[in-house]
Amino acid sequence: MADSVFHHVVRAPEDPILGVTVAYNKDPSPVKLNLGVGAYRTEEGKPLVLSVVRQAEQSLVNDASRVKEYLPIVGLAEFNKLSAKLILGADCPAIQENRVTTVQCLSGTGSLRVGGEFLARHYHERTIYIPKPTWGNHPKVFTLAGLSVKDYRYYDPATRGLDFQGLLEDLGSAPSGAVVLLHACAHNPTGVDPTVEQWEQIRQLIRSKKLLPFFDSAYQGFASGSLDADAQPVRMFVADGGECLLAQSYAKNMGLYGERVGALSIVCKTSDVAGRVESQLKLVIRPMYSNPPIHGASIVATILRDKDMYNEWTIELKAMADRIISMRHQLFEALKARGTPGDWSHIIKQIGMFTFTGLNSEQVAYMTREYHIYMTSDGRISMAGLSSRTVPHLADAIHAAVTRAS
Amino acid sequence: MASAMLSFASAAASASASLPVHENLKGKTKIGSVNFGSSVQERNPFGKTKHFGRVSMTVAVNVSRFEGITMAPPDPILGVSEAFKADTDEKKLNLGVGAYRTEELQPYVLKVVKKAENLMLERGENKEYLPIEGLAAFNKATAELLFGAENPVIKQQRVATVQGLSGTGSLRLAAALIERYFPGAKVLISSPTWGNHKNIFNDARVQWSEYRYYDPKTVGLDFDGMIADIKAAPEGSFILLHGCAHNPTGIDPTPEQWEKIADVIQEKNHIPFFDVAYQGFASGSLDADAASVRLLSARGMELLVAQSYSKNLGLYAERIGAINVVCSSADAATRVKSQLKRLARPMYSNPPVHGAKIVANIVGDPALFNEWKAEMEMMAGRIKNVRQKLYDSLSAKDKSGKDWSFILKQIGMFSFTGLSKTQSDNMTNKWHVYMTKDGRISLAGLNLAKCEYLADAIVDSYHNVS
Repeated sequence: MADSVFHHVVRAPEDPILGVTVAYNKDPSPVKLNLGVGAYRTEEGKPLVLSVVRQAEQSLVNDASRVKEYLPIVGLAEFNKLSAKLILGADCPAIQENRVTTVQCLSGTGSLRVGGEFLARHYHERTIYIPKPTWGNHPKVFTLAGLSVKDYRYYDPATRGLDFQGLLEDLGSAPSGAVVLLHACAHNPTGVDPTVEQWEQIRQLIRSKKLLPFFDSAYQGFASGSLDADAQPVRMFVADGGECLLAQSYAKNMGLYGERVGALSIVCKTSDVAGRVESQLKLVIRPMYSNPPIHGASIVATILRDKDMYNEWTIELKAMADRIISMRHQLFEALKARGTPGDWSHIIKQIGMFTFTGLNSEQVAYMTREYHIYMTSDGRISMAGLSSRTVPHLADAIHAAVTRAS
Repeated sequence: MASAMLSFASAAASASASLPVHENLKGKTKIGSVNFGSSVQERNPFGKTKHFGRVSMTVAVNVSRFEGITMAPPDPILGVSEAFKADTDEKKLNLGVGAYRTEELQPYVLKVVKKAENLMLERGENKEYLPIEGLAAFNKATAELLFGAENPVIKQQRVATVQGLSGTGSLRLAAALIERYFPGAKVLISSPTWGNHKNIFNDARVQWSEYRYYDPKTVGLDFDGMIADIKAAPEGSFILLHGCAHNPTGIDPTPEQWEKIADVIQEKNHIPFFDVAYQGFASGSLDADAASVRLLSARGMELLVAQSYSKNLGLYAERIGAINVVCSSADAATRVKSQLKRLARPMYSNPPVHGAKIVANIVGDPALFNEWKAEMEMMAGRIKNVRQKLYDSLSAKDKSGKDWSFILKQIGMFSFTGLSKTQSDNMTNKWHVYMTKDGRISLAGLNLAKCEYLADAIVDSYHNVS
């Protein structure tokens, strides 16, 4: 047989984040712990499908009038409207003035990719500034979309908090009009968010330099437990009348991970511009996947449009957020009790699903080898993967990693 | 509609429409910065501006960064349904999008799909992220369905299968693979082909050119032209082939012609790239509709196949399909699969679970699988009946003696009527029959009751409009 035409195709390494689960699955140890992917787990360590989601699915399946016809390229109209209201607020003037175009996309990733492709084609500044560090997939998404990627200082390893001065300096020296990626809340991977006052300063700087904000909102409601509180930074920016892009995901806050539900919104100066922008977004989407999947969006629309289901959702959402906050406190206490050297208060100061422990890749590798703890090599752990039962094991592992002779 | 939405500012933009869009925008912002003192912006970066005696200056300070963006034209295929919806005439007929309709012209959700969804809900399955390559059970089932479970390519693990977003998404992943690993390689697409093919390759930055396919004189296959053009293509080109039920013409090569196509492809070391959107839906038989793919893979060729379950399982909106790459070794397949994953991750991370589970559940259960085959035969059968009735009506009504038998020879959801663009416009404007401008009608949107009306419209458009 002739040599393969693919002989020059090398084997790609596993995706660093998703590869953690691949490695975890291979491990036979009974005490193994998966703190890799940001997927919520119950106290029993099980995936969770929200009961309000099951309800919504049941009503969809029971509805004999439902069909599986292609959605429009921009997705389910009702889903789009409700999603915009969820993040921007129901009485947002930009929505009332029809200045917001919202298109259903494949969760957060798909929304970021479509937004990036749109900017690469239609926006005059093709550089996007992303925080350092950021979600591992961000640079790849934007590079393949056709943008060039630069970073701005964000995490300060010394304080395990925000390098606010560095952030202001780097954004301040960005070229006018450049795109800036902002994590709307619960920064991934650090869990470090600006304060409200710091957000206001960021906003003023961005507007005065005419930078274009691109929000990644993957944790609305999941970070603090309050949908409105977590939407504050985004709403501050939209309230000033300026333009921005916004990627929303329902993977975590509605537990719809595998359904791939999200939305890209572009807030424009005028409704006329919004209409034209939408038409161009369709040209990006059609050659990528034609139109988005219906199932997850239908679940979201069913829940958001129904007052009772919406309330049930907020309760289940708060319960998930509260459990994570409780894990933070338990881990902090456990390390304190062991006298683990170092200041671990960042564990309770950081917010959202992830904690940037500050552990280095050597220590991480040690924890994996000796304690079967699976996490990304940047020291990020998913609190959602912890339970009261497993906190002691993790605390032991961290303690051992930090105190062992190198 | 587009012109009604143009504001003053964008009217100015379209005046310089010869410039690329981003150049337009640069021009706009320059107007702002040249005519304003910078003090205005510092004082009030995002508030309303003072009047400076020129409307354009006022607009410019508060102007959108996207001001220069023009309204894109509606999608030629999907836009047809939109136009149809807006039409209030009761005689209107939607023969645009290829979505199956019942005899009552209603959308159809297969019974077996409803059963599968109920089962899934009863089982209380979770919604965890799929792996980047998709649901393993789906990938296994889809490759076996396509090649046959006993096929050596399957037994030898030489197929890299990655779940994709229906046909479009699977084609796009393949295009991205070609762009990255076969830089400069060309894809040859049939003339005509599905309207979105060229968009996919354009956006993926893969060069394409056309091979002759449709012969308007015979309303059949220009086989010699097809062979000549494939032969003339640079060695190692990708040849995009419709596995069955060619879209938009409905004209498929015969088995003998497929052998000759395989010959010339092998001779030039080309790589076959199949688009299989109608397996089982064309003839009613899953195996028969996969014959062309199996023929070429039996030759030992490496090839690509994009699959879709939109039509054959009626899962349109669930976006379920797959890209399969048949390689000469299991090792190559492993490597190719890993690189397909690397392309999918920055596009959407991992594919949607719902449609994949439906397919896996149906194909994996013998009773459900048989039910599916029966429903698919029913759908294909209805379309064949409608073809026959349309042919009978046309033959009866058209006194010119024109041979309409191509309608019976064509296969699948679509028929290429041979109507020109102006004739197609007449179909819509005079008869409220919605179709694509290339003369394509979707027989899936036709029922027996409307065949005579459609025949009248076609005869009128063909003979009375030039």
